[in-house]
Amino acid sequence: MSDATATKTLVTLRLTVNNHPGVMSHVCGLFARRAYNLEGILVTPINGGSTCNVWLMINEDGRMNQVVSQVSKLHDILDVRVEETDENVFERLSACLEFAPVVAV
Amino acid sequence: MKRMTGAELTIRLLERQGITCIAGIPGGTNLPLYDALSRSTRIRHVLARHEQGAGFIAQGMARSSGCPAVFFATSGPGATNTLTSLADAKMDSIPIICITGQVSCPMIGTDAFQEVDIYGMSVPVTKHNYLARTVEELLHIIPEAFSIASSDRPGPVLIDIPKDVQMGMLEIAELPLAGMPEAPVAPDPALIRKAADLINAAQCPMLLLGGGANHPGTAAIALSLVEGCGIPAAMSLRGLGIIPLEHALSLGMLGMHGARSTNMLLEECDLLIVVGARFDDRATGRIDCFCPNAKVIHIDTDASEVGKLRAVEAGIIADARLTLEALLPFLGMKRRKPWLDRVACLKATHGMAVKDSDNPCSPYGIIRCVASLMDSSAIIATDVGQHQMRVAQVFPFTRPRQWLTSGGLGTMGFGLPAAIGAALQHPEATVLCFSGDGSLLMNIQELATAAEQQANVKIILSNNGGLGLVQQQQELFFGGRIFASEYTGVVDFPSIARGFGIPAINLNLSRTPEKDLEKALHSRGPCLVEVNIRAEDKVFPMVPPGAANIEMIEGECHV
Ligand SMILES: Cc1ncc(C[n+]2csc(CCOP(=O)(O)OP(=O)(O)O)c2C)c(N)n1
Repeated sequence: MSDATATKTLVTLRLTVNNHPGVMSHVCGLFARRAYNLEGILVTPINGGSTCNVWLMINEDGRMNQVVSQVSKLHDILDVRVEETDENVFERLSACLEFAPVVAV
Repeated sequence: MKRMTGAELTIRLLERQGITCIAGIPGGTNLPLYDALSRSTRIRHVLARHEQGAGFIAQGMARSSGCPAVFFATSGPGATNTLTSLADAKMDSIPIICITGQVSCPMIGTDAFQEVDIYGMSVPVTKHNYLARTVEELLHIIPEAFSIASSDRPGPVLIDIPKDVQMGMLEIAELPLAGMPEAPVAPDPALIRKAADLINAAQCPMLLLGGGANHPGTAAIALSLVEGCGIPAAMSLRGLGIIPLEHALSLGMLGMHGARSTNMLLEECDLLIVVGARFDDRATGRIDCFCPNAKVIHIDTDASEVGKLRAVEAGIIADARLTLEALLPFLGMKRRKPWLDRVACLKATHGMAVKDSDNPCSPYGIIRCVASLMDSSAIIATDVGQHQMRVAQVFPFTRPRQWLTSGGLGTMGFGLPAAIGAALQHPEATVLCFSGDGSLLMNIQELATAAEQQANVKIILSNNGGLGLVQQQQELFFGGRIFASEYTGVVDFPSIARGFGIPAINLNLSRTPEKDLEKALHSRGPCLVEVNIRAEDKVFPMVPPGAANIEMIEGECHV
């Protein structure tokens, strides 16, 4: 993860992936190995848990095409979309979480 | 209904994939697989002496045939030993399938004896990988692994199978179909027309052929393009053999150790047609100075390669053979006489010089003398170092898939096991293994495998008493401070080979080196031929790392 968030544009990628225990290591491993900056991750199961939506918040540093074509090569990735909307899922999520009660463990 | 264990199912599915030979090493967690393999009448097992050796034996089979090959390892250390050969296959897009044993499912995550997370470790070095959690999953995993390994841009696949999954019982009515490569992708006709226009308009076009074009069908079309349209072709390290070296329009290898003429012509070309090559830094030199005047047509089946390092005028994401086939009818035979004259002229004045080519005890002479005793059925493997670059420079390759070398990863220790794999795959062929004393020591245990299998492998060892290519860099770029790259201990390689049951000769000690060499190469079975050369002899020409390809050292003029 990088600390240069403020100066760069953030883009959200939405992946649809096969849901199994190893799939996140494929996605995160690819980002680490190719030195793409990953600022946030959100995973939500869909289709009764057989697939997931993975939302990735990425620093757009001019390599978006590479990121998309490398991610598309992963066998368990069924769909890759660059989210165009301004109000992205991460902002909406943090807005919710601020009001969520904190449960001690 | 048939009842069988996961291990039996795995072997049956491998048989259906047409697998006839598997290299590997057994251990606690893959014994059910081995027990099932022992009952196979179609698959022969080759016992390697190290799992890295098994991986490179599989690579030798896959590289020389173009078809997926399989190897086995046990969990823990067996599994970690496979990683280098997988990483090597990933870099060079080689279809191999590694099947590892794993501790039983309930023990996963408990730090059980010989448990490692090979699934996690192999993510970055495989095209895809699996951890089979149930016997049923094997039904789709195994065919799918073959399909993934051999489709589009090929690559390695790992399947980790826990011991209880191997022993679990399954009842099935019918085995699933064998996994096949997906149909190759045809090019977009609009892009074909665009590329054809670019080619027809070019005054000084050049082809750059890489590993993605190193297949018989693609090579044949590439040759028609070269000859039919009068376009000279350079090849990357992995592309050697696509156009025969001695062809008038072949420019051999480009880049760090390419001929000066080749790098000069690339500097001058106005159109570069790249087929199945990926602009590796050893090939391009400083990328912003590479082919500065050229428009680029890039043909690759992997979309992520097109535009990765060099902007292109036409990017065709499709199968190389289909694309070249589609292009040909649009291309006029154009006599670009000034360009072809320039090619011939530079080849004559700045082509590759071969020193002492008929002295078998010299660095280049040994390669040319061996080559002169071989026909085109020979397969040539190498290790990594000066000897590898010299073979790449001067061996007269004549056909695709003839040349097996570790390109992207540059793995010392590749040569001997890869040569054994090629010999197992092509028992009728003579397989040469050019090696150095550093590299040969890295997988020397496979001499036992070569002897046991009587593999027809001829090891040509250029012994310079050290790590030659490292010394070359220290001499040229580190003020001549040779450090940690000379062997002070002397190894008697011929005695070692004989100890493994392999005949050996040293040509420097022979009174009739030419005759002894011929005898060694023409008798069947493994042998070792050693020549002593000097570590000071460098591989030239050379582009210093990080420099532009035209800033070569040596190779100025050889007339
Ligand atoms: C496994 C591995 N370790 C280290 C290197 C770095 N390296 C590249 S060439 C070389 C020397 C090779 O020596 P040798 O096999 O004797 O060949 P020579 O250059 O002398 O012909 C070394 C150490 C490598 N390529 N692979």
